[in-house]
Amino acid sequence: MSTNVAPRDTLDLAPPAVAQGWFASAKNRTLLIGGVALLTLVFLFGGDNWLLILNVTMIAAIATLGLNVLSGYAGQISLGITFFMGIGAYTAAWLGGSPPVFPGDPVGLNLTFLIWLPAAGILAALAGALIGPTALRLRGFYLAIVTLALVFIGLYLFKNARGLTGGPQGRTFPAPGFGDFSFANPTPVFGITLTTNQWYFLLFVVVLGLAALFVHNLIHSRAGRAFEAVRDNEVGAALIGVNRFHAKMGAFIVSSFLAGIAGALWAAYPGGYAEPNTWNLTLAIQFVAAMLVGGVASVWGSILGAAFVFALPLALDTFAIIPVSASTTGLTSGDLSAIFYGLLIIVFLIFEPGGVIGLARRGQTWFQRLEEQRKGGEAAAGTAPTEAGL
Amino acid sequence: MAYFLQLVFAGLAQGCIYALVALGFTIIYKASGVINFAQGEFLLVGAFLASVGTFEWQLNFFVAVAIALLATILLGIAFERFALRRMIGRPVFSIIMVTIGLDILLRTGVVMTGRSNERSPATPYSIASGINYGGVHFGANQLWTIVVTLLICGALYVFFRYTRYGLAMRATALDQEAALALGITVQGVYALAWGIAAAVATIAGIFLAINVTTFDSTLGGIALFAFPAIILGGLDSIPGAVVGGIIIGLIQLLTQGYESHFPSILGTGFDTITPYLIMLIVLLVRPYGLFGTRKVERV
Repeated sequence: MSTNVAPRDTLDLAPPAVAQGWFASAKNRTLLIGGVALLTLVFLFGGDNWLLILNVTMIAAIATLGLNVLSGYAGQISLGITFFMGIGAYTAAWLGGSPPVFPGDPVGLNLTFLIWLPAAGILAALAGALIGPTALRLRGFYLAIVTLALVFIGLYLFKNARGLTGGPQGRTFPAPGFGDFSFANPTPVFGITLTTNQWYFLLFVVVLGLAALFVHNLIHSRAGRAFEAVRDNEVGAALIGVNRFHAKMGAFIVSSFLAGIAGALWAAYPGGYAEPNTWNLTLAIQFVAAMLVGGVASVWGSILGAAFVFALPLALDTFAIIPVSASTTGLTSGDLSAIFYGLLIIVFLIFEPGGVIGLARRGQTWFQRLEEQRKGGEAAAGTAPTEAGL
Repeated sequence: MAYFLQLVFAGLAQGCIYALVALGFTIIYKASGVINFAQGEFLLVGAFLASVGTFEWQLNFFVAVAIALLATILLGIAFERFALRRMIGRPVFSIIMVTIGLDILLRTGVVMTGRSNERSPATPYSIASGINYGGVHFGANQLWTIVVTLLICGALYVFFRYTRYGLAMRATALDQEAALALGITVQGVYALAWGIAAAVATIAGIFLAINVTTFDSTLGGIALFAFPAIILGGLDSIPGAVVGGIIIGLIQLLTQGYESHFPSILGTGFDTITPYLIMLIVLLVRPYGLFGTRKVERV
């Protein structure tokens, strides 16, 4: 009967794993081709407004993916992802920023982004490796508070390390580029002229694609299964030979790496300017919200959730969906979307802890069951006359 | 010396506010094992309603405070009944996130009224009034904060020690199943805990708002400093919450007062992280805090 229906996991944070051979299904292939076609259309004809929204969403999705590795797959709470994003961003600024012109300008070595982007991830991962052994001794509420403290300690450090971060006023961040070519000010390449946002779009598609593929493969590896084992039952995981500390540390480091990459891009795009206060608790909570709304322990869920939490306010702003008069009452698109995701966090956690992806899976199972029932009915109807004939 | 005493006095008052917030955390945690990240927004909603009551509805200060208390208590009980009750048995992460969801909703809700910018707090006395003695200014609000905190602590002590509801709450905190078996309405205990926490937070919010002279929707952020307080005092200890709150307040204000003497070492804003640094040290050295039970969630 239901051979390819994965049984719904009863554990709260554990929706069923993605079925193997995703591309084998004709429906999924159609979905993929449709998605690619839609993205290509937006890329070609969407204009700066849509591209900006998509680009910001893609950066946010990278960070959400990182958070999902730690919190979704390995089950360790983190409210501190912006700390690692900040580390990544300032690594990028240090390595890739323009050299100081006047004394007192923040430092910069003017290296290519092929160096500073991976370095942003690596340094953030190193920070994770340093903090992990202390933080991961704690669980649950204690871990939540410690990662929250990390955000505030980070803000203090970023504000005071003036030579690197420019102090409370902030500093400029490097734009990606190759040699003379810069994404912030693109020149035609091989006679093709693309706008800044289009170039960034291509870059972010590649980086997000790599990140998603990496996380997907990691989760379906031995290490990923160890993460999920530790999340579902620590003692059980230890009993079957999983090194809990290694699993947690692995998740923490991978998560910090992705956060660092996302941080470097977040600071570089769109303005290439950020204050230390960018890396605050509210942003960190937005990423947690994105993960919860999209889908805990799901790659697609991370992307969907980021779209919901980060694209919605931008779309509301860009297309002036809120009436103009509302600005006098202080209602901003940020507030409106905060109400939405605040409400959605509560509703999803209570009724569908799997997020949007969980909802989609539930819908899929429901349809399959419906189809089976229909088939069963037809079969029964088909056999009935013969029985009567006999 | 007068400067030092002034800082100690201000630190005590600030610590009393942290103590009130921390009390709310601890009471809810003891009753139901939930940490309420939305506690800070109860401060905001309370202070906001009291301010709207006095200035826009032209009510007497105490009537406005009563309305604010009633509203936050109902809010707390409703949230516990309709959201958290369904989360029993879920992972800590989910429970924390539901309360963060409430936090976002409450704060944004206040912002969306469009009246949250630069609000004057409701106050029965002049903000600047106070007594000068020995070169130290004892602000009226700070004095009242300390007095009211002491009164609340006394009232809570009597409540937990001598009333049947207090006994029911203590029994539930010790062993929920045994309490149920003895006929204690655990749901009632939950509601009571949320009601007390919300009321205490509202009072803290009103004092805090007067203390900062004008407030906006970020007022509730101060409650985050009560986390170090409860860790220092011990997560499941009510006296610990009060002591922890006062110690954190004292240390923070002293750091704030003296950090300008060491700008090259400490930088600016060191006082915003001292509570967290203390908390990290406590977690490493004595994770159960000063008065907590020797049991902590770790591997």
